[in-house]
Amino acid sequence: MMDDIIVIKGLVKRFGDKTAVNGLDLSIRKGELFGFLGPNGAGKTTTLRCVATLTGFDEGTILVGGHDVKKEPSAAKSCMGVIQQQVSLDKDLTIRENMISHAMYHDIRKKEREEKIAELSDFFSLGEYLDKPVDSLSGGWKKRAAIVCAMLHNPEVLFLDEPTSGLDINARRLLWDIIRKLHAEGTTIILTTHYIEEAESLCDRVGIIDKGKIIALDEPRVLCDKVGSIAVEFAEEGKTQYRYFKDRDEANAFASTKEGNVSIRKTNLEDVFVELTGKSVGAQT
Amino acid sequence: MSNLLVDTFHVAWGDLMFFKHNFLNILVMSIMSPLLYLIAFGYGLRTGETDIGVSYVAFVIPGIAALSSLSSSFSASATRMNVQRLYYKSFDEMMMCPLSLSSIVLGKCVLGLMRGLLSCFLLYALGLFLAPELVLSPLIIICIIVSCMTFSLLGVAVALLAKSHQTMATLNSLIILPMTFLCGTFFSVSSLNPVFQAILYCLPLTHASEIIRGAALPDYIDFPWISLAVLIAFAAAFFAIDVYLLKTKKI
Ligand SMILES: Nc1ncnc2c1ncn2[C@@H]1O[C@H](COP(=O)(O)OP(=O)(O)OP(=O)(O)O)[C@@H](O)[C@H]1O
Ligand SMILES: [Mg+2]
Repeated sequence: MMDDIIVIKGLVKRFGDKTAVNGLDLSIRKGELFGFLGPNGAGKTTTLRCVATLTGFDEGTILVGGHDVKKEPSAAKSCMGVIQQQVSLDKDLTIRENMISHAMYHDIRKKEREEKIAELSDFFSLGEYLDKPVDSLSGGWKKRAAIVCAMLHNPEVLFLDEPTSGLDINARRLLWDIIRKLHAEGTTIILTTHYIEEAESLCDRVGIIDKGKIIALDEPRVLCDKVGSIAVEFAEEGKTQYRYFKDRDEANAFASTKEGNVSIRKTNLEDVFVELTGKSVGAQT
Repeated sequence: MSNLLVDTFHVAWGDLMFFKHNFLNILVMSIMSPLLYLIAFGYGLRTGETDIGVSYVAFVIPGIAALSSLSSSFSASATRMNVQRLYYKSFDEMMMCPLSLSSIVLGKCVLGLMRGLLSCFLLYALGLFLAPELVLSPLIIICIIVSCMTFSLLGVAVALLAKSHQTMATLNSLIILPMTFLCGTFFSVSSLNPVFQAILYCLPLTHASEIIRGAALPDYIDFPWISLAVLIAFAAAFFAIDVYLLKTKKI
């Protein structure tokens, strides 16, 4: 399809005898804000690293903007900006030097580079930190600097691997605003996160990955409806249990058979996530 | 071609800033160990004539220059790249940018090259003053650049292969340390028995010592052009290995 900016087919990535990504298929539409969810170790970061050409993979094909990442890596790389899960700045340099270095890797000329750095660091209020060494900044501020680095070359697709983990509320909201703004301007954004409400409020579509495979993929609301749009939460055998129903009448009927604390509410993405990936943790049948 | 040079500079830029920030430290490091070798081996251990008819000091200074090109260039590029790759992860950031693999390899050599050149030329400048037999010529400059480049490229390969800091240290004592003392730096390889000689001629530092000494003492030694060719071949091979390692990303 022409409007798919990223097409992943049958991706397999093994580490020794451990299969981290196991036949993953995924298409990301141009301009969409896609949420990539999954439990720890599901293979989110590994998938992103394969797409970002940071690591080779064993089977499958990946196209970014129509370019095969194995055959035309440079063309594919030019369309992408990646913010990795761990902050990956060079700690021997200052924040500004890190940014300049990044801009140079993308061959951005001096004038444009300086404007862009000034604009973005203004936006993130990084101004006063620019000439400080990386380690004199707190974790959240380093993250902001890393985000600026990834955005310097105006990428068409932006990957954000848990961008908001470790950020304070203000920085997180700021980042949400930025993500929305970039999205509105037409940038395709792929976001992994463990804050489900973040995915629910931001994303057009979410994909849930478990054990290296996509197990659900749709708009957040549709996924909720698939599980059952109304959730009933009740206590039984000392544990909180959940049941999902198509409509309120069924839910009410079920709730009336239960004693004690029973609450009825709309199903949210977190329910979907737990329902699909947390079978062994929860106690549902 | 111009693209390659521009990209190489862009890759190297961060390392050049690193060089600038730490210049004083680097300067002290670059001059300390060659100076110690010079005092211990050049003056402490032996004096008098060598079999090619120059003083031992004049004989050993080119050897120490070769040795410095190895230890400075290799450790500068290997250590910094290893840290960037395994600890800072900033190497990943660079790998995600549209740079050719050749420019990445060459750019990552620049720091090693600079450190090696600094070390070698400081020592050699001192040598010109201490041993009148030594000469300064374009050829010796070329020889020093070729050796520093070769060992920088080797450093990049080792940094790409090392999976942890410990592997780096092990590789260091396995490759670098034996070369340091055996490869014709402090004594003439031709004084050894043929089996040893054959083994030593398989190592790049032996050729680096030969060419630097040949170029430094043109009145006493015929310049070993074959060794220069062999060293360039080593450099080409290390370059190819570096590109291959980056390409296959078994890392
Ligand atoms: N370099 C590596 N060597 C060996 N195994 C690895 C490596 N990187 C990842 N793995 C394994 O691959 C699996 C997927 O890891 P990945 O980092 O992609 O998970 P994730 O979904 O990003 O998890 P998290 O939410 O914790 O970030 C894990 O089981 C992990 O142990
Ligand atoms: Mg991850």
